[in-house]
Amino acid sequence: MRILTIVKQVPDSNATIKVLAEGKGIDFAGLKLVADPFDEFGIELAVQLREKRSDVSEIVALTLGGEKAGETLRIALAMGADVGVHICDPKLETKDELFNAAVIAEAMKKDAKGFDLILCGKHNIDLDAGAVGPAVAEFLDLPHVGAVTGLDVSADGKHFTARRRIEGAEEVVECDLPALLTIEKGLVEPRYPSLPNLMKAKKKPVTLLTAGDLPGVAEYAETTKFVSISAPPPKPECKFIEGEPPQMAKELVRLLRDEAKVL
Amino acid sequence: MTSNVLVFIEQRRGKVHPASYQLLNLATQVAAQTGAQAEACIVGEGVASLADAVAAQGAKKVYIVDDPVLALYRAIPYTKALVAALDAAAAKILLVPTTFMGRDLASRVAARKRAALAIDCTEVRQDGADLIAVKPMYAGKFSGTFRLTGDRLQVVTVRSNAYSAAAPQTGARADVQSVALSLTDRDQRLKINEVTATGSGVKDVTEADIVVSGGRSLKSAENFKILYDLAAALDGAVGASRAACDAGYQPHTRQVGLTGKVVTPKLYIACGIDGAIQHLAGMRGSKVIVAINTKKEAPIFKVATYGCIADLFTLVPLLTEEFKKLKEH
Ligand SMILES: Cc1cc2nc3c(=O)[nH]c(=O)nc-3n(C[C@H](O)[C@H](O)[C@H](O)COP(=O)(O)OP(=O)(O)OC[C@H]3O[C@@H](n4cnc5c(N)ncnc54)[C@H](O)[C@@H]3O)c2cc1C
Ligand SMILES: Nc1ncnc2c1ncn2[C@@H]1O[C@H](COP(=O)(O)O)[C@@H](O)[C@H]1O
Repeated sequence: MRILTIVKQVPDSNATIKVLAEGKGIDFAGLKLVADPFDEFGIELAVQLREKRSDVSEIVALTLGGEKAGETLRIALAMGADVGVHICDPKLETKDELFNAAVIAEAMKKDAKGFDLILCGKHNIDLDAGAVGPAVAEFLDLPHVGAVTGLDVSADGKHFTARRRIEGAEEVVECDLPALLTIEKGLVEPRYPSLPNLMKAKKKPVTLLTAGDLPGVAEYAETTKFVSISAPPPKPECKFIEGEPPQMAKELVRLLRDEAKVL
Repeated sequence: MTSNVLVFIEQRRGKVHPASYQLLNLATQVAAQTGAQAEACIVGEGVASLADAVAAQGAKKVYIVDDPVLALYRAIPYTKALVAALDAAAAKILLVPTTFMGRDLASRVAARKRAALAIDCTEVRQDGADLIAVKPMYAGKFSGTFRLTGDRLQVVTVRSNAYSAAAPQTGARADVQSVALSLTDRDQRLKINEVTATGSGVKDVTEADIVVSGGRSLKSAENFKILYDLAAALDGAVGASRAACDAGYQPHTRQVGLTGKVVTPKLYIACGIDGAIQHLAGMRGSKVIVAINTKKEAPIFKVATYGCIADLFTLVPLLTEEFKKLKEH
């Protein structure tokens, strides 16, 4: 079984993000970038599958992003992936989820050995779309299961059952491999890459791909174009409600009914 | 290609997701700009009976894809069904609620149709043939504006409560067209074996108009009962911070935030939640936010509409009583 984990580099969720003049983008200078937390679940899941089974031949980690995204691949390799694929070309760097999915799908098509299990995050924490996984699956004519919280791959490595979280319910689904899964929190707890493993990761092979390596991409276009980013309009100051708890409760209910009109 | 606007009506077991009707209202406004019309598509089993309710919300035409294999949501069969309806409708714009199903389905449909796509938008407007979509970025700290090119189908998922539904026009009729679906075995590689409702009988945080959330300060699963009582008085749902879920007070299905669920209810009541940036990521889009916290400096007050500096164990039961009184009148 060959496993692909798709990882994206994103700003750390605790980082303060600054917007460039005229909202042209965000300021990456000094910004702490990390592997998307959902993608770490995917890497961890792949590594645990190998620890549990004897038939996992290779774990490939793939990212699409600028030069710095190579650091995120190193994390994946230090956590236990064997080889990396870095699609790195300014021409392919967009905020168009569908285009990104097409680029990732084209890179996967170039891989002659093929993948049995493809893992990616439920959604990434910068664009928060959750579009890339399902779209990659569609471009490759694969089934996908979204928001997976439990996974059981059959002994012969040909089928799986997965638990997935939908609004208000959980489902157990069954499907053949190859398939793509998007990973929800709770399935596994990502390990911290140790220092020796981070050192070893530097020696693991990473293939660089540019637009020239992916001629199939020419069929697609960036059709959703980023225009600008801005801070949302400032919220009015919080109105603090005074008084002892019984008065407070009465006053809050009155405000919610008469002023905010949400009751 | 005409410029009709098609709305995907999300339903599970015959119950329509309320955001679908909000989108019909948006579709009516968008279509009016070009003299086109708002249309709807319902996919499922035994869903034809929903056509009247959908017409009452403004759909001029309703496409129905009704088949036993569509009883439960599965990405590939639903993609085929919606694509068939899109082709029949010759629509230029497809609007889908931002839900688990909506994100999943819209992404596949857009990939199949080589459409332009924007997920989780809070604002959608036309600019010539293009569509301008505004959506939260970086966990809601910013909003991004995107341009979807007009030379192809434009697929947009829209946040719950970003738009409101129109008052239903009872008796309004729509033209109903049933659309045939043909599936191969390959389309049905995925089978659903089991569906279990989580927290039986209680609403999911993403479905409720009012969400009452608790944090680590609740100190135990039992103590959450006061929040369930408050939620019951408001017909709302109970949510929790990650700290509360990690401590086992609530299941992770109720976690709100960056690695939990994103909610945009009309009213969010945060009880004993500090307001870490990762929690705000999941709820700052709520229309009205109430924060109850003993600590005046708690960052939750930065996003709150109303703040109560109080012990939640004292205030929450009092609030429940007040809301109950209000209901009785
Ligand atoms: C990558 C990442 C992802 C994360 N994702 C999420 C996420 O999705 N959702 C999430 O919530 N967090 C998330 N977190 C965790 C987040 O950073 C915080 O640790 C967490 O939200 C804190 O939860 P809390 O507010 O319940 O607890 P605390 O920080 O312990 O705050 C408790 C609050 O309760 C108040 N309090 C105490 N007693 C009372 C009382 N009797 N009455 C009233 N108020 C009282 C205190 O003043 C305090 O403000 C994430 C963190 C990381 C690093
Ligand atoms: N540029 C990218 N490089 C690698 N993986 C990506 C990229 N964009 C999205 N993904 C994957 O798709 C998931 C969902 O992202 P999104 O659809 O953008 O919310 C992420 O968690 C990643 O696994």
